[in-house]
Amino acid sequence: MPTLGADMEAGTLVEWLVKPGDEVKRGQVVAVVETQKGAIEIEIWENGTVDRLVVETGRKVPVGEVLALLRAPGEAVAAAPVAQARRIEPTPRPEAAPPAPPRAAPAPGAPARARISPSARQLAGELGIDAQSVQPAEPGGVISRADVERAAAARKAAPAAAAKPAAPDWHAQMRTAIAAAMSRSKREIPHYYLATDIDVTVVTGWLAAENVKRGVAERLLPVVPLMKAVAVALREVPELNGFWVDGAFRPSAAVHLGMAIAMRGGGLVAPAIHDADRKSLDALMADLRDVTTRVRGGRLRGSEMSDPTITLSSLGEQGVEGVFGVIYPPQVAIVGLGKVTERAWAHQGTVAIRKVMTATLSADHRVSDGHRGGLFLAALARLLQEPEKLR
Amino acid sequence: MSEAPARIRTTYREALREALREALTRDPRVFLMGEDVGRYGGSYAVSKGLLAEFGEERIRDTPLSESAFVGAGIGAALNGMLPIVEVMTVNFSLLALDQIVNNAATIRHMSGGQFSIPLVIRMATGAGRQLAAQHSHSFEGWYAHIPGIRIVTPATLEDARGMLWTALLDPDPVIMFENALLYNLEGELAPDAGAVDIDRAAVRRAGEDLTLVTYGGSLGKTLEAAAQLAGQGVSAEVIDLRTLRPLDMPVVLGSLSKTHRMVIVDEGWKSGSLAAEIMARVMEEAFYDLDAPIARVCSAEVPIPYPKHLEDAAIPQVATIVESALRTAGRHG
Repeated sequence: MPTLGADMEAGTLVEWLVKPGDEVKRGQVVAVVETQKGAIEIEIWENGTVDRLVVETGRKVPVGEVLALLRAPGEAVAAAPVAQARRIEPTPRPEAAPPAPPRAAPAPGAPARARISPSARQLAGELGIDAQSVQPAEPGGVISRADVERAAAARKAAPAAAAKPAAPDWHAQMRTAIAAAMSRSKREIPHYYLATDIDVTVVTGWLAAENVKRGVAERLLPVVPLMKAVAVALREVPELNGFWVDGAFRPSAAVHLGMAIAMRGGGLVAPAIHDADRKSLDALMADLRDVTTRVRGGRLRGSEMSDPTITLSSLGEQGVEGVFGVIYPPQVAIVGLGKVTERAWAHQGTVAIRKVMTATLSADHRVSDGHRGGLFLAALARLLQEPEKLR
Repeated sequence: MSEAPARIRTTYREALREALREALTRDPRVFLMGEDVGRYGGSYAVSKGLLAEFGEERIRDTPLSESAFVGAGIGAALNGMLPIVEVMTVNFSLLALDQIVNNAATIRHMSGGQFSIPLVIRMATGAGRQLAAQHSHSFEGWYAHIPGIRIVTPATLEDARGMLWTALLDPDPVIMFENALLYNLEGELAPDAGAVDIDRAAVRRAGEDLTLVTYGGSLGKTLEAAAQLAGQGVSAEVIDLRTLRPLDMPVVLGSLSKTHRMVIVDEGWKSGSLAAEIMARVMEEAFYDLDAPIARVCSAEVPIPYPKHLEDAAIPQVATIVESALRTAGRHG
């Protein structure tokens, strides 16, 4: 069970997306885990073949517990003989999957794969049912919506046997998670706070002109160039980007920007936009849209939860001019961007109406000092004056 | 529904003629041109009597050269007329492909929007009359491949009566495919029937268990199949696409999101067909709605045969639609 955030202690396995005999590739989503932050997709970080699923669905297990066993690619060659050998073993392991009745003949050599219609698979996900375990109407047949509905009705009829806890007060759980992380932050991290007002007239105008050239679907949100500028500015002050672990700072070469996203009905998460400093604005926009959609749908990946090296909290149009964030441990800084307002502003020797945004930095004084933090905000302000270079 | 104040008993052919008459009366820029549309009254008798009523200026017999008279129609449209060009069958329209695909479909774009071609081309399509391979094919799916032209396929009396005027109002070329088996279709039409939209697909029968998507000459067979399916406890929804380009996918996908199963009935061949395009779009846009593979009832991959029994076997029939629908609904094997 991987850790999906500093505050996570345990997770409930909701669904296996692989089964023994399946080949898996690094980065593949293999399971879904219910956490205080909703359902998270778990990726695997080794190539190989699934040997055994140790934890069955519905169980809540602590971080660090073994969920499944893998065979390395080399071992996979012996897959078939091993399976046969196991069948004649005098003491069968209790955890071993019961021998599945043979379905329609699979391709020679390929492991048998339950045939589940796309709609049935989706419905099973919505109902929290392990689609692989649903019995089709006819032996060896395709598992359809009707089969899933029947399984759901059966589960309802026997609630005691229901594997998955009802996850009743999800919002309360998320509140608990946020409380734990923020209390730890304020207890352990000596924050210092900086703020600066940045003239964003140029970048605002540039973005408006850029969006006019684009179709509605390709337009960039105002926060996208800001994300890019924050990520690039971090290269100049690397001590804001990384983790405080075991009493020492571990800088991160990559900038994985955690975007604070409010959830419907309260609470928030800050999943990673990976390599934000090296991505184009279009790629950042696509990532932001993707991750926002999945936050609202409650499906993030484990790596997105644990990877952010710094958090960006952009209040956008919320009507607040400045935000001093609380650092999300083990990160060491959080950047806050307030709403853009028109202000009377000294500009080129006269007072002009300019668009101005207050940028703030909350940083960990164990790692960096105010002088370095100030350099970061100065770099951010400078980068935003030349938006065409942010591409 | 009103209590039918004297609905008119009519045919698909007469409804088309009424539409032509209305267009010719309403706008002096409208004229009809094609092989045998005047003295002979049209090879399917659609324009019978119109020459006497409107005169040779507006009901024009042309030489047997599809390329020439379709091109003339394009030229007239460019110069401010609203021409209706009749091509005897879609097979013959291939002689005019250059005019349709290279000129009619492109000139708006190549002129930077300076020129419109408000042209309507009518043609017969489809098999079932023992006219053999050179008069029986269904190429409307081919034409639906071409950006720049709109493809409409009236399958009901209302659409035969109402699509023409709307098509003439479209500033771009519209091709209207009339399945030749439909000309004798009889039914009742409201006395005030008139112009209809040419943008939306229509649900011709509501159902819950699967969606049958079709158009044109296959609509009647599909509705008959749906009636038989109801007798076997399968509730089929029937969608008439009406317009093949642009496709009204929201109606198709909306139905699928309810039924989760789909059969497409298309008299074209399967390979590279309109039915294939609909399947592809469902995969792209609604994969997770599918509870079974989409099935297709199309024509056999042969030139349409002449002998009656072979022709019947080559094209979609009620029995094959029912069989495919039952399998897709999970009722067989």
